[in-house]
Amino acid sequence: MTTSTPRAWWKTGVGLVLTGLMLFPVYWMINVSFTRDQDMRASPPHLFPTNGTLDGYRAVLDQQLPYLGTSFLVGLGTVALTVALAAPAGYALAKLRPPGGPALSFVLLIAQMIPGIIMAMGFYAIFLTLGVLNTLPGLILADTTLAVPFAVLIFTAFMSGIPDELLQAAVVDGAGQLRTFWSVVLPVSRNSIVTVSLFAFLWSWSDFIFASTLAGGGDHQPITLGIYHYIGNNNQQWNAIMATAVVASIPAAVLLILAQRYVSMGVTAGAVKD
Amino acid sequence: MPSTTETSTAVRDQGGAANAAPSGPPPSRARRPNRWLAWGFLAPVTIYLVAFYAYPLYRNVELSLREYTVRSFVQGGAPFAGLDNYRTVLTDPAFGPTLTHTVVFTAASLAFQFTIGMALALFFYNHFPLSRTLRALFLVPWLLPLIVSASTWSWLLNSDSGLVNSALGVVGIDPVNWLTSPGWSLTSVIIANIWIGIPFNLVVLYSGLQAIPTEMYEASALDGATGWQRFWGITFPLLRPVSLITLLLGLIYTLKVFDIIWIMTKGGPTSSSATLATWSYRLGFGNLLPEFGPGAAIGNLLIVLALVAGLVYIRIERRQQLR
Repeated sequence: MTTSTPRAWWKTGVGLVLTGLMLFPVYWMINVSFTRDQDMRASPPHLFPTNGTLDGYRAVLDQQLPYLGTSFLVGLGTVALTVALAAPAGYALAKLRPPGGPALSFVLLIAQMIPGIIMAMGFYAIFLTLGVLNTLPGLILADTTLAVPFAVLIFTAFMSGIPDELLQAAVVDGAGQLRTFWSVVLPVSRNSIVTVSLFAFLWSWSDFIFASTLAGGGDHQPITLGIYHYIGNNNQQWNAIMATAVVASIPAAVLLILAQRYVSMGVTAGAVKD
Repeated sequence: MPSTTETSTAVRDQGGAANAAPSGPPPSRARRPNRWLAWGFLAPVTIYLVAFYAYPLYRNVELSLREYTVRSFVQGGAPFAGLDNYRTVLTDPAFGPTLTHTVVFTAASLAFQFTIGMALALFFYNHFPLSRTLRALFLVPWLLPLIVSASTWSWLLNSDSGLVNSALGVVGIDPVNWLTSPGWSLTSVIIANIWIGIPFNLVVLYSGLQAIPTEMYEASALDGATGWQRFWGITFPLLRPVSLITLLLGLIYTLKVFDIIWIMTKGGPTSSSATLATWSYRLGFGNLLPEFGPGAAIGNLLIVLALVAGLVYIRIERRQQLR
């Protein structure tokens, strides 16, 4: 291994610069979130939050907590519904291989390609009739459509890798398929459940199009709308807008730190076959 | 699910029979309960697909074929209009420019995301201290909520006090009205979209690089190939399948992009950065008087574009699996 040659360290330097450039907008968001109103239009802009203020974060606590709570509930609901729908389907497609299974996988692949705006318009019409417009369950249902096809494909790919002997052993021990699924397949599939939950949560947390079309007029609005209204009503207080943006990014940051390998697994699983 | 206990017993029987006596019941008879059992596991997702994909799509087609007003949207009874909405949209003077914006937005985003992603993937492929951590950090822009990225870029590109303009000022370039001039708005949203798309290209191309056997490089090193020759002779051809899929997925995602443009410019000023997706949203939800019919018609045109890209994707994916 050539890990500690001078050449490799030189590359680390370049890598640090590139990463710095790439992440600069993120740094700038954090910097602005601590900047005082009177310094906001300073020229040249302050590169560091000298005379930093917590006003922005105080505003978040005052005004954005209900939005954050809604997003959290919607995220949890989306994760639960996505896993409940997709895990059994993945198992069936991977191990029971029913006739019509490939066709279903095909439909799932196509479903991922439907632009959100089209779904939003269809949902709006349906939700109006059903009376679930501007409700949490309505938004959860809509947000699961972002994750379910992807989740089934991930589960199918992962569960195909479970050795058949393991499942046969369960059957020999007298377990039915339901029991096998619940006590053998699900526990072994923990990694894929983590990956799917992570993405389902992140996608519903960042969803803007369903939030703005299906929940825009209700009492329960997610954080994406909180930020959006903030920009609309109040484009003076950029520290508060950016503080909200920072807080809204925390789930992504936490998930990236805690579940790095699941993240790359998820990004590649949809696109590349082994 | 009332039938599960019944079917699972059947499966247990089948398993037992298969183990005890190979000459047991013929496979066709034994397999039938298993088939229904599999569809028991698939039933929730199937019902879900019909209710939450097929039905909204059907509703959308219906919307595009009728003359809806706010009143008829709530109460029903919108008259059938045939292809009128499509005619309205296609003959709208905004149609040509919007289609052009969509094509330019997609093509420019893909070209830059892909080349930058490829360069970064090649760079990170040479493992060096901290390379794993830095590569993980590159994922951040992709994981951030789009509204966060879009508002951050709005502030960076702000005409009066944005950092980009002050940086340009340092080198003596006059401030640019990135988001508020028709000449620059499309460029601005493309820049933000490229930034967001780089991580995806990096990760997928990087995993493609890892699949290339190292022996190929060792052999070419023995032949005295330069780095550039190695790239065009080995890496690029072997990476072609992964590249194609990255580009096609990128195409499908980019056609859908709505949040970034809407949050940064609302498609303006005077629809200079409008794409099919933002136009459709504006007609359906962005006005006080919604025009659901034409909005849905644009949506359906968009879906045709996405599906064509999707079918090409599936064809290529299939062909690669056959190899």
